[in-house]
Amino acid sequence: MTVTAAFFYLFATITVASGFMVIASRNPVQSVLFLILAFVNAAGLFLMMGAEFLAMILVIVYVGAVAVLFLFVVMMLDVDFAELRQGFLQYLPVGGLIGIVFLLELVLVIGTYVVDPGLIRTSAVPIPPAEVVTNTEALGLVLYTRYFYFFQAAGLILLVAMIGAIVLTLRERVGVRRQDISKQNARTQETAVEVRKVPFRQGI
Amino acid sequence: MEFGDIFLAVAIMLGKSLLMLVALLVFIAYALYADRKVWAAVQLRRGPNVVGPWGLLQSFADLLKFVLKEPVIPSSANKGMFLLAPLLMCTLSLAAWAVIPLNAGWAIADINVGVLYIFAISSLGVYGVIMGGWASNSKYPFLGALRSAAQMVSYEVSIGFVIVTVLMCAGTLNLSAIVESQNTALGILGWYWLPLFPMFVIFFISAMAETNRPPFDLPEAESELVAGYMVEYSSTPYLLFMLGEYVAIMTMCALGTILFLGGWLSPIPFAPFTWVPGVIWFVLKASFLFLLIAMVKALVPRYRYDQLMRLGWKVFLPLSLAMVVIVAGVLMLTGTAPGMR
Repeated sequence: MTVTAAFFYLFATITVASGFMVIASRNPVQSVLFLILAFVNAAGLFLMMGAEFLAMILVIVYVGAVAVLFLFVVMMLDVDFAELRQGFLQYLPVGGLIGIVFLLELVLVIGTYVVDPGLIRTSAVPIPPAEVVTNTEALGLVLYTRYFYFFQAAGLILLVAMIGAIVLTLRERVGVRRQDISKQNARTQETAVEVRKVPFRQGI
Repeated sequence: MEFGDIFLAVAIMLGKSLLMLVALLVFIAYALYADRKVWAAVQLRRGPNVVGPWGLLQSFADLLKFVLKEPVIPSSANKGMFLLAPLLMCTLSLAAWAVIPLNAGWAIADINVGVLYIFAISSLGVYGVIMGGWASNSKYPFLGALRSAAQMVSYEVSIGFVIVTVLMCAGTLNLSAIVESQNTALGILGWYWLPLFPMFVIFFISAMAETNRPPFDLPEAESELVAGYMVEYSSTPYLLFMLGEYVAIMTMCALGTILFLGGWLSPIPFAPFTWVPGVIWFVLKASFLFLLIAMVKALVPRYRYDQLMRLGWKVFLPLSLAMVVIVAGVLMLTGTAPGMR
């Protein structure tokens, strides 16, 4: 038990500290790297709760894909964060409001759970014990049966978002030479090379 | 748990990891040698033949050379991150070996989500590349890092779908269980490479692209670019990058062995062949995959960058996506999906 507690405090401390460093560090690239550290430690916390599937998916999706894009953007765009911080006081009320709303929601959710754990149990699908099915299997069982339509709707939203992003950024540029692979592969020696007899001192 | 028990468990775990690490690194030293020998043989050269008998100690001589040289750190580089990047790359690729079962029950950590773990760890490898390129604070490594990262991210997608098809057939994420699910009376014909042959091919090609092997070694294309994201690296940090790359290649070979070639199972499932220890079969199969990768390096010309991206996104992605649907449909209709039997 002590080992579990020690690891919990280790992961939790690093998560919180790196979360703080994300907003505190001066270099944007370092911010993103601290964000990654926070993700990885959160995955560690998931692992300790026995949610191994969530832990791995967190690493694969957020660290392996999303944060890479963040890092790309931050490295390529020369964002001057010092300039962005100028309006810190101006944005403080709005940010604070959002923070308070978020905190209240968290308190409500966790408060309900603490006051009456039975309430959540009735509204959600009963979780099968960990000895019977692994949590990957348990997730799959509810995701593709009870929450099937929600799952499909989420997928559809992502698809629409993807198409939207492509439509917004797609530019048909004229005058760009592009290789058409099927045309390229269809070329033979006969169509590609033409042998001509050039008359002497006249050219073609 | 008693403190003594914990100490013992940690000590055993450390011992196992150390054993695995040493065995892996020695194996990779000879894989490197084999890689160069195969390459040389295809080009009618003799390859490394000076250090030790038949050049067998070449890799160790290279190791000494790299370690003894002076590490040069550019004055404008971000020093901490510059040194952290190769370390990260090497550590991450070695970490993947914690879950690989060389024989029944031989994995250091036989976790339920072994496949996802390897996938997660290999998707982190890209950070070594990006950090190395960025921390060098010079334009060539930076551009090299961007190219390399884009390539590694692209091919991860198709590898993911390939893994999904295998998982659908096996019905588990545990690597040992995936191998066991290929254990049929058919032997070599019962492994997944035969029913999922297109996926095996996609996996093989994507694995080469993912690990920056020729013909997809655009990040460090030696005849057109300087050394990609590693331009500013020398001596031990460079060695760590190279080592990380080769460990990642071996990981991909091991993963291919587990997913498609039946892991430690004997190809012919009766008496004299099943007496051979499983680990020997495993090493033979992984070496076979590595031999194929080494041959491809010698035989195939390098891809152009737009061709590489086209292959990843326009060919492999739709193909593997379609295969996922087809395999799922076939499993459903024939009632052979795990859990339906």
